Amino acid sequence: MENIADNFPFVASALLLAVAFYIVIFRKNLIKLIMGIAMMASGVNLFIVALGYRTGGNAPIYTDVPPGPMVLSVPQALTLTSIVINVAVLALMLTMVIHTYRNTGDIDSEKSRKLKG
Amino acid sequence: MLSKIVRTVANQLVLFILIFGLYVIAHGHLTPGGGFQGGAVVVSGVVMLLVAFSSQDLKKSVRERVLSIMESTGALIFAILGFAGLGTVFFYNFLVGSPIFGRIPPTGPNSGDFWTGGFIPLMNFAVGLKVIAGLSAVVLAIALFARGEEMEE
Amino acid sequence: MDFLVTNAPILIVALPLVAAFAIPLISLSRGGDRGRNVFSLAILGLIVFLVAILARDVHAVGIRVYTFGATAAELAIPHGYTVPVRIIFEVDGMSIFMGLVITIVALASLIYSLHFMKGQTGQARFYSLMFLLYAGMMGLAFTGDMFNLFVFLEIASIAGAALAAYRTNRADAVEGGFKYIVISAISALLVLFAIGILYAQYNVLSIAAIAHFMQHTTLDMIALGLLAIALVMKLAGVPLHMWAPDTYTVAPAGTTPMILAASYTSMYALYRVTFTLYGGLINTTTIGWIVIIVGVLSMFIGVMMAVHQTDIKRMMAYHAISQGGYMLLGVGVGLAVITNPAALANYGRDAMNGGIFHIINHVFYKALLFMTAEAIFFRIGTRDTNKMGGLARNMKWTAAFYVIGALAISGIPPFNGFASKLLIYETVLKFSPVLSVIAMFVSLVTLASFTKVFYAAFTGPELPAYKKVKEVPKSMIIGMSILAAFIIFFGIFPGLIVNTIVAPATNALIDQAGYINAVMGAVP
Repeated sequence: MENIADNFPFVASALLLAVAFYIVIFRKNLIKLIMGIAMMASGVNLFIVALGYRTGGNAPIYTDVPPGPMVLSVPQALTLTSIVINVAVLALMLTMVIHTYRNTGDIDSEKSRKLKG
Repeated sequence: MLSKIVRTVANQLVLFILIFGLYVIAHGHLTPGGGFQGGAVVVSGVVMLLVAFSSQDLKKSVRERVLSIMESTGALIFAILGFAGLGTVFFYNFLVGSPIFGRIPPTGPNSGDFWTGGFIPLMNFAVGLKVIAGLSAVVLAIALFARGEEMEE
Repeated sequence: MDFLVTNAPILIVALPLVAAFAIPLISLSRGGDRGRNVFSLAILGLIVFLVAILARDVHAVGIRVYTFGATAAELAIPHGYTVPVRIIFEVDGMSIFMGLVITIVALASLIYSLHFMKGQTGQARFYSLMFLLYAGMMGLAFTGDMFNLFVFLEIASIAGAALAAYRTNRADAVEGGFKYIVISAISALLVLFAIGILYAQYNVLSIAAIAHFMQHTTLDMIALGLLAIALVMKLAGVPLHMWAPDTYTVAPAGTTPMILAASYTSMYALYRVTFTLYGGLINTTTIGWIVIIVGVLSMFIGVMMAVHQTDIKRMMAYHAISQGGYMLLGVGVGLAVITNPAALANYGRDAMNGGIFHIINHVFYKALLFMTAEAIFFRIGTRDTNKMGGLARNMKWTAAFYVIGALAISGIPPFNGFASKLLIYETVLKFSPVLSVIAMFVSLVTLASFTKVFYAAFTGPELPAYKKVKEVPKSMIIGMSILAAFIIFFGIFPGLIVNTIVAPATNALIDQAGYINAVMGAVP
């Protein structure tokens, strides 16, 4: 039972990824597709930030930290960078969906589709 | 446009949000935060204004040209700070030991010394500038898009 | 000079970034359009010079390591540490090979775009994005740690997708760009997940350090699978190629070659992962065979889909998928026999030479072909081959460049496609004759398909609608002739090129220990 509690963040991230993949593959609405990708990003970010957790470690902030070992802040830095990049990606995707809606009047991936074959 | 109460409160609150955002940017090298996070806080104020007022009102006071210049300037300052270390190696922290942010941070638990970190606080400011301009442009553009308008070229 | 060579790796990536952010400012000033064009060309010219001196240095001296923020550029591992902790750029033969490919294509694309973009709106953003895409690709080629591989992959993807969707008033352009960004976002997240798995086990991010500590556990194999799927998706290998025809078709000229080069930069990343990161693996043969199968599938399905296309750029895009298969086939054969020194010396090394040589050849002639297709589109406003005819009368240069590109892609001597394809046929014949026969067959179909389009578009009676069609402007012709000159030069002196730039790249891939030692060498 203890083991499951330790791995809870990883289970959560796996669930997020599974749901996200389901959405990305099976949903036709482009906004929902973007939501799926955002969820996928959250799943991966949760996975990486959970890797940085050490029992008994302090957060790597120098101001007024209690004595004891600090955790290495690399996973946090990675997560932060990935969040920043994902903001850019999601903004770009949303803009493109708005343009698609303007050009074709639809955000259903089947109906707004122009390129085939 | 929302009711007068909302607009008045938003008008007052935006100052506090701005100050909090700038605080997060300025203390990025000491506490959790930094350029991106502080910038995002400031932009949340912009989003609040966007909700309280209409996007056309905001478009009048925020020029896309100004945002574009701010964004490029922020990025260029960041790059120049990187190039400035080129005497040794790119991104070499050349400000360590100088009067500007040059103090060596004390080891062990302490309450934090603002004048440390070398060029990292300066980079936080540059990134903050870029993020404020960039994200404001993004939310404004998407809000205008939704009404079927464009930002001016 | 020494200073420039030492700092070349970072300057090559940082200068385009500076240019990307300076261009909007320059465009706002008076007379901005002209100033911006001059500025872009000047920056790219400086970068070409830096790439050239860095290439000479890497070929003469060996791997160059650049550590950000250290007291000396070569100091990958700080004093008192046993693993690298800083951001590292590591430039070996393969990296600089990709650097040369990308830089020459970028130069041709930029010159081509100068006239092509004239009078369009949003030019400042166009050039900004071009430089951003260039910086992303160069960073991907030079980076020495896994996390920056992810970061630069994303930079290149965002810039590439925005460029592909540049003509936002056209529904198909936005669709092509959207597909590209979705595929890129998913593949980048898979890469990030794999990086997380690797970091969890080895607590380092540097490629050399991970390769040094690599235990080949089950988790590592999962990470390899994720990386392989993600990168094959990005390089448009069958069966994950669905985005490529759409994106290549709609991207404005000038940028299509850049997006194509971005795909092959992902292929470089795949090679870096399979050869360097997972180099000492026992069953490289299995992985090699997987690469070969993906390659053969891409070759065959790509060409079969291309034959019946009527959109000229879409046909070329499917051929790009098909030609990508040749590269995977050549390098896959090398990977399959890498643990067998006799076979490696006999044909494996040459097969890899062929596969890697084909990257540079293919990027050049396919870039040229895309540019001719877009030149036609520029003048007559359609990409449909059924609506073209008799264009050779008025567009002589474009027709000539098309012929050069078409002969090169079909592997006809004396053009460069022949040189690399011959290397692949010969060596693959020794490995497995069936694969070689498939490769030759695909080449024949390619020739047939390009001949068909040539007759449809350029020969035949002059259509009344196109009587007043003029040749394209000068800068577009200069852009195309740069590539055509390289194609002919590479075709006439293939031995010279293979010895000077391709063989070092092959050696760099095979020599995993050298890559690791360049960073971890200080560790006892």
